Parts: sequence; C-alpha cells; structure tokens
Amino acid sequence: MFTSSLGKKYLMALTGLVLIGFVFVHMAGNLQVFAGQAQINSYAHSLQSLPWFVLWGSRLFLLASIMIHAWTAYSLIVENRKARPNKNDVEVTKRAGWSSLRMGLTGTIILAFVVFHLLHFTIRSIYPEYAEMTTTVGSPAGEEIHDAFSMIIAGFKHEFISVFYVVAMFLLCRHLAHGFSSVFQSLGLRSEAWEKKLNLVSFAYAWLIFAGFSVVPLSVLIQKHGIFQFYDPSFFSS
Amino acid sequence: MNLTLKVWRQSGPKDSGQFETHLIEEVSEDSSFLEMMDQLNEQLLENGIEPIAFDHDCREGICGMCSLTINGFAHGPEDSTTTCQLHMRKFNDGDIITIEPFRARAFPVVRDLVVDRSSFDKIIQAGGFISARTGSAPDGNAIPIPKEDADKAMDAAACIGCGACVASCKNASAMLFTSAKAGHLNLLPQGQAEKDARVLNMVKTMDESGFGNCRNYGECSAACPKDISLDYIAKLNRDHAKAKIKNLFS
Ligand code: HEM
Ligand code: FES
Repeated sequence: MFTSSLGKKYLMALTGLVLIGFVFVHMAGNLQVFAGQAQINSYAHSLQSLPWFVLWGSRLFLLASIMIHAWTAYSLIVENRKARPNKNDVEVTKRAGWSSLRMGLTGTIILAFVVFHLLHFTIRSIYPEYAEMTTTVGSPAGEEIHDAFSMIIAGFKHEFISVFYVVAMFLLCRHLAHGFSSVFQSLGLRSEAWEKKLNLVSFAYAWLIFAGFSVVPLSVLIQKHGIFQFYDPSFFSS
Repeated sequence: MNLTLKVWRQSGPKDSGQFETHLIEEVSEDSSFLEMMDQLNEQLLENGIEPIAFDHDCREGICGMCSLTINGFAHGPEDSTTTCQLHMRKFNDGDIITIEPFRARAFPVVRDLVVDRSSFDKIIQAGGFISARTGSAPDGNAIPIPKEDADKAMDAAACIGCGACVASCKNASAMLFTSAKAGHLNLLPQGQAEKDARVLNMVKTMDESGFGNCRNYGECSAACPKDISLDYIAKLNRDHAKAKIKNLFS
C-alpha cells in the first residue's frame, strides 16, 4: 500500500493530516493562557491526568506520525535527487512558489523546533527549575499541581527563545500554505473546480496557526518591555 | 534578428557534455524555433562543424517529438506551445538563448539535444491500452458515454507524450503523463474492465523507470503544451488508492 511513489504520498498526506489536526488543538489549548493562570493550569493538569494509556497512546501516535512524515519526506527528497541528477543551466518555475519548493527546509526547521520545544516545556531539561514550579491555582482538588502559567511566562521572557518560536511558527505557516491543499491532491480529493477555494482555506488556516501560536510569546515580550499589560504583573517581577 | 545561442553538446550517452556558444545572424521573426535551429545547423555545416542533433517530426504541435529546454523552460517560456510552434518573434534581437536537452535520469541523452523517451512507451505497454477483439469497427454510438466524461477523456487524450512534464518537474516525475494516459481510458466505459490493473501496472512501471515522486508543484501542467490538468493526477492518486484497497480484500 505504501511502497510505491503514490503510496509514499498517501503516507505524507495522512500523517500531515494528523499533524494539522494536532497543531490546531494545541493552538486552541495555548490560547487559554489569556484566560488566566487558573484556566491554563487546570487545562494542563486535566491533560496530564488522563489515564496513562490515553496520554501515552496519544503521545506515541503523534511521535510516530511526525517520524513517519519526516522519514517519508527525506526518502522522497533523496529519490527525487537521483531522478534528476543533472540540473538545468537555468532553473526556473512557472507556478510553484517558495513555500512549495521549500517543504524540506521548512519541515527540517520545524523538526528541530519540535525537539527543542519538547526539551524546553515537556521534558524540561533545558531549564530544570520549570519542573519545580507548582501551585494550587487551577487545581481541581486543591493539591499542588504543575504551574504551567508561570512556566510559559518564564519561558517566553527570553527574547531568543520567543524569536525562535515565532520564526518556527512562520515556517510552519509556510509549510501549511502548501501542505494543507496538497493533502487533498495527494489523496485524490482535489479538482481544479474547487482548488481555488481550497487554497483560500489553506491560506487562512496557515495564517491562523501562525497568529494563534505567535501571539503568546509576543504578548509576554510586549508586557516585559512595558508596552501593554496582558497578565498579572507579579509574574514578571522575578 | 541576431542571437547568441548557448547550446548543449554531448557526443553520446557516456559523454558528460558541455555548452557551446554560437552566434546566428539574420534570423527571421517569422521562423519557428526549429527553423532557427535548421539555420544554425546549415551555418555549422558550412563551417565544417558537426550539426546539432535535435528531435522533431510533424512540426505542427501534434506528434510530441520535439523537445528542448529553452531558457530553463520545457518547450520555451510560452504557455501551451510546443517548441515547433514557438516563433522567434517571441524573442528579441540580441538575446542570449540557452538550449538544453530534457533532463531526467529516465530520459538519457542520446546525442546533443536528443533524449531517449522510451520509458514513456514502457508505461503505455504496462496498461495504457484496452484489450479488445479486432474485427469490424463497432457502431459509433453503440456505447452511450455521458458528454462530460467524453470531454474529460478527450482532454486527457490530448497528451502528445512529449515529456515536457518530466523536464519541467524539479523531481523528474512522470505523473502528468501517466495520469493523462491512465485517466483517458479510466474515464470511458471501455476502460473499466482493466482499470485497477492498468493503474497499478502503469504506476509500478513509472516507478521502476526511474522517474521521481510527484510533490504537487504543478510545474508539469504549467509547462504542458496541451494544458493537461492536475485533476488527472488527483484522479490517478484516487484510482490507485482504490485499487490498492480493493487488493487488500481480495
Ligand atoms: C507540526 C508539524 C507538521 C505539519 C502540520 C506538517 C504538515 C504537512 C502537510 C499537510 C503536508 C502535505 C502532505 C501532502 O503533500 O500530501 C506536508 C508535506 C511535507 N512535510 Fe510536513 N508537516 C509537519 C512537519 C514536518 C517535518 C518535521 C518535516 C521534516 C522533515 C516535514 C517535511 C515535509 C515535506 C518535505 C513535505 C513535502 C512532501 C511532498 O511535497 O511530497 N514536515 N507536511
Ligand atoms: S515536432 Fe511534432 S509536436 Fe513538435
């Protein structure tokens, strides 16, 4: 099923679709930071306290999706290099834009970002003190839970991290601008009749994802530099 | 008009090839690109230089024999045009024009600008036909075909198999060609019996011939002299998935 050139495209598209769904849910989750410490903490806590097989099942599923997606991407790229060993003296295009031609580049940087992001906020090995941040705010039973809110503020107060984060989200936006519509082509569900509309949805989705993710680190930096106050200022004192 | 031509020369499949620059004078604006090449070859012959090999046949845009990558574009920069139908008035006096063969591993250079496109024939042999009894011709309208399907099949059948799709594809994919040839028959009632086998075999042969993987850039359709639509690629993706799934259960 997945061994032919078309089969590989089905894999790219199906795993891409899983990741499209994931980034949307993740973005919606993040935006709860604007609803305050209690809201985002209780949301984070409810995810952490899912039954272990649901939590680890989803994690493994996502990990497998991104690994299959990246592995298939690199194998397509290697095969395609072999298929066209000699370059033209002048390489030109009529239709393909930057986003479609640079899927491998944007994907690779996204992959690097995902690794960094997991070390930063999930495994918390870059700043081990994040693991010790606990509070009872947002806790359903009043016990000490992980303080996701404080970690987010602390994490994004570093300019270089926030900038990397926003740049990575821009590249994800470019990846999706081609990828979203491309999924339908790869699965045989696109036609020229509705390609224009689909491309519009693709465009809108890509920018929504960019905006929804970037607004969190940007709001922290904006407050840090005293331009506008989004959050309780006491979190910025230390 | 006077032009500078930067032309690819390659003595045979094993030669690594290089560019050669020639000046050509008094090219008529009304001549076609291939007539300009003829003029160049006459000039080369007069100077005792080996003429440049290039492919051509009908010179009226229907056989698919002409090729050439001109300034990086398969069949030149004009849309919906074969090299033989490209006119010199589309260029300007003093232009430098780069002329290269269609480049792909599956299209090895035979000599200069001539490439071997027989991998396309192999794809056709794998399923680009319908098995039918020979005998007297059937009645014209014996099999009813909805107009829309007939139109779509005709649009696919417009493919002349020139290989511009492969040459313009950064991945040297033959998806537009294969999908047009498979789609043309898969759309018609006569093509149904062998539909699944056709799709699976043509794709398999396409992969084995050393073409690359489609990445949905759309350069093929943009370069196609017959404007074959990407819809046929989507249809091939769909038909192939269906055939594979059916195979799982049979
Ligand atoms: C959250 C992360 C990601 C999302 C949401 C995503 C989404 C997508 C989507 C929807 C497609 C289109 C699939 C198709 O054409 O059918 C795609 C293609 C692609 N992705 Fe990703 N992707 C992600 C991460 C990555 C990573 C980490 C890589 C790293 C190598 C990568 C490399 C590629 C490449 C090279 C393509 C183009 C494949 C082709 O054109 O044939 N992506 N991606
Ligand atoms: S020579 Fe026949 S199509 Fe150009």
